[in-house]
Amino acid sequence: MTTLSDPPQSSFKLSMLLNDTRYRAYTFQFIALVCVAALFAYLGSNLAQNLEDAGLTISFGFLGDPANYDINQTLIEYDNQMDHWRASLVGVLNTLLVSFLACITATVIGVFAGVLRLSNNWLVRQLMSIYVEAFRNVPVLIWIIIIFTVMTAVLPAPRAFRGEDPEASMLFGAIAFTNRGVYIPKPIFEAGGWAVMLVFLAGVVGAFAYRRYATRLLYATGKLLPMGWPALAIAFVPALLVFFALGQPISLELPELGGFNFTGGINILGSLIALWFALAIYTGAFIAENVRAGILSVSRGQSEAAASLGLRPNRIMNLVVLPQALRVIVPPLISHYLNITKNSSLAIAVGYMDLTGTLGGITLNQTGRAIESILLLMAFYLAISLTISAVMNVYNSSVSLKER
Amino acid sequence: MADTHAHSVRFVRDTMLPEQEPPGAERGVVKWMRENLFSTIPNGILTLLALYCIWWMLSSVMPWFLNGIWDAPSIRACREILEGQLGGCFAVLTERWNQLLFGFQYPSEQYWRPTVAFVLLFIAIAPVLFRKVFPAQMLVFTAVYPFLAYWLIWGGSILVPIFAAAGIVAGYLTYSRLVAQSFAMGFFGGILAALVFWFVVGFIPTEGIVALEPVASRNMGGFMLNLILGTVCVSLSIPFGIALALGRRSDMPIIKAICVIFIEFVRGVPLITLLFVANVVLAYFLPPGSNFDLILRVIIMITMFASAYIAEVIRGGLAALPKGQYEAADSLGLDYAQAMRLIILPQALKISIPGIVNVAVGLFKDTTLVSIISMFDLVGMIRGPILASTDWNGVYWELLGFAALLFFVVCFGISKYSQWLERELATDHR
Repeated sequence: MTTLSDPPQSSFKLSMLLNDTRYRAYTFQFIALVCVAALFAYLGSNLAQNLEDAGLTISFGFLGDPANYDINQTLIEYDNQMDHWRASLVGVLNTLLVSFLACITATVIGVFAGVLRLSNNWLVRQLMSIYVEAFRNVPVLIWIIIIFTVMTAVLPAPRAFRGEDPEASMLFGAIAFTNRGVYIPKPIFEAGGWAVMLVFLAGVVGAFAYRRYATRLLYATGKLLPMGWPALAIAFVPALLVFFALGQPISLELPELGGFNFTGGINILGSLIALWFALAIYTGAFIAENVRAGILSVSRGQSEAAASLGLRPNRIMNLVVLPQALRVIVPPLISHYLNITKNSSLAIAVGYMDLTGTLGGITLNQTGRAIESILLLMAFYLAISLTISAVMNVYNSSVSLKER
Repeated sequence: MADTHAHSVRFVRDTMLPEQEPPGAERGVVKWMRENLFSTIPNGILTLLALYCIWWMLSSVMPWFLNGIWDAPSIRACREILEGQLGGCFAVLTERWNQLLFGFQYPSEQYWRPTVAFVLLFIAIAPVLFRKVFPAQMLVFTAVYPFLAYWLIWGGSILVPIFAAAGIVAGYLTYSRLVAQSFAMGFFGGILAALVFWFVVGFIPTEGIVALEPVASRNMGGFMLNLILGTVCVSLSIPFGIALALGRRSDMPIIKAICVIFIEFVRGVPLITLLFVANVVLAYFLPPGSNFDLILRVIIMITMFASAYIAEVIRGGLAALPKGQYEAADSLGLDYAQAMRLIILPQALKISIPGIVNVAVGLFKDTTLVSIISMFDLVGMIRGPILASTDWNGVYWELLGFAALLFFVVCFGISKYSQWLERELATDHR
């Protein structure tokens, strides 16, 4: 006969909350929650007290008031009688514009420099590492200011373009670099212009479809169609035909010197260019390091194995090395894009009207609504960065090596 | 037997020919150049292009630098000396040297104090950076240094930093007595002891006892401000970062949620918005009538910012550690605090060193952002008082180049050190 004895039923003691691992987690979480709640309650009560003393309330009504300030570069229609909300929207678009331009330029520069850092050429390797080290180790704010100084203090004033024998002249007769910004030709769309654009877009889609078809055919039957020139022809020939058939509906409006300034064309402000290029060159140096690390991370055996299969060098790069390197390159690349977007808030240092300059700058100073403005500002950047990191997570899980 | 060959073979060479030199194109500089600069035609073109770039840069910068004027009272005097020639006006650096380093409001007769603090900084961090070269006893000075530096830079009675240090010592003593029971008890007990100590000594008057002339925070400026913000925020953010990283990997859902929300929020917004918060919003959240000075608010915000980034780096280190290490610590019967302190964190921190240094360098560069909220750090000094003065209006390149050079020297030095440390700490046998 065995007697079953229950395990000794230990009664719950208060000290178990601290010493027993079963309950300790609850104690800690409870303490943490209380601390955070107390902190927020304290800050909140201070806020309420301070607002009451200053006679303020939290309200977003100011967004509907007229902004009363001008923005020198807008992508959408705006004048100073529109409300703060519209001004903020202009700022958002300007932020997105400069981030987009800088991301593309930084990628190009970074890939270029990263590949050249692995070049066989000693001199080029050294030059590229000087570039990377010089730009990575100096604050981006200083680069922004340096390029802005070039744009405003070194470039000639518009009046230098005047006269019989001007000190400065336009590049190709179409682009003017002045201290009030860069003037480039502006495309003017007449009646049939959009048709040409549509045909061109359709051509590009068609070119990709053709390449896809050719690849399929190659895999299915082994028949190799030429890929390069037919794709180019599909993309451009129909658009050109429509362009001439409709009587050249797209023309360029060249910038012209009129009065004290250039008129016509598109004026790209010096502050936009400073921000764009400083962010691109600065981040490009980081991207170069990523690209280099990515290419180096593909083990030599991979390219040797590909070579022993008889692949040619560019195929080895395209089919074997790059797909494996991209898995290493892309995640930090995306986080650099995120950094560019966040660093574009430095626009305020050179007076480019991005969201920090409109909502966080002039609107904040005019209305005195510091808390609301900064809350909205943070929410915007937070939304962008959470979106991008969500995209990154999807990408990461799609390319990560399938392991146990 | 020696003459056997003489009968059967007409000629046998019995001495080796002296080794000939390789052909001229295959040795020395020529070979190196052929291999490294001109191996193929495109490569040769690339070399020539690179040489042209170097020549172009040097030919535009060198005359400007060599012709530079180092001694002149203003830009006009500079231009008179140059007489239209190309040349830099470096006199602005010599004339405004103190402003660039200390800002324009730090009392000039007290410049020796930050200078001494700066020199002592090297003595303080030397034993941390090069453990094998310097004796471990020097770490005592490292522990004393923050209080000493505070006293030197801000001035006031020496009792203030001494009390602060004594409070920490009291906290540590309590901790070491209680930690045998449980880590949590020791930790919270230590914090409580320190707080009680500070509360009690708060009643002791400290006016004028071994006092240096006090300097207000708003008078700090120049490169000194960048250095203060950089060192203080980095050193404060490492412990917070560790805590946040451990919190984010914790099993307790509430603590994990708090840490995740904090980290993702801070990492999602630009530093400049946090500085705006420090500048205009934070005052609303502090008790009415309290007067935090701006530098302290900025330190709080930058520390928050940096600790979120460092937490992510350390989390990477924790995740990179093989699971066996955690299980080994558990099977030895160590509790959470012991396992973390003795097994996990030493290894995880070692893996995270490069990342932490990257964050530190980035943070140091980002301290220039305070110039946007009108604090006069190095960039703020250059853009504000110096370029706006009538004497030096228009001396852009010399000043900006100097600022870039200072940051480059510091950041490049730190990153080279971290690469060295990484090799030094590599204990795996590869």
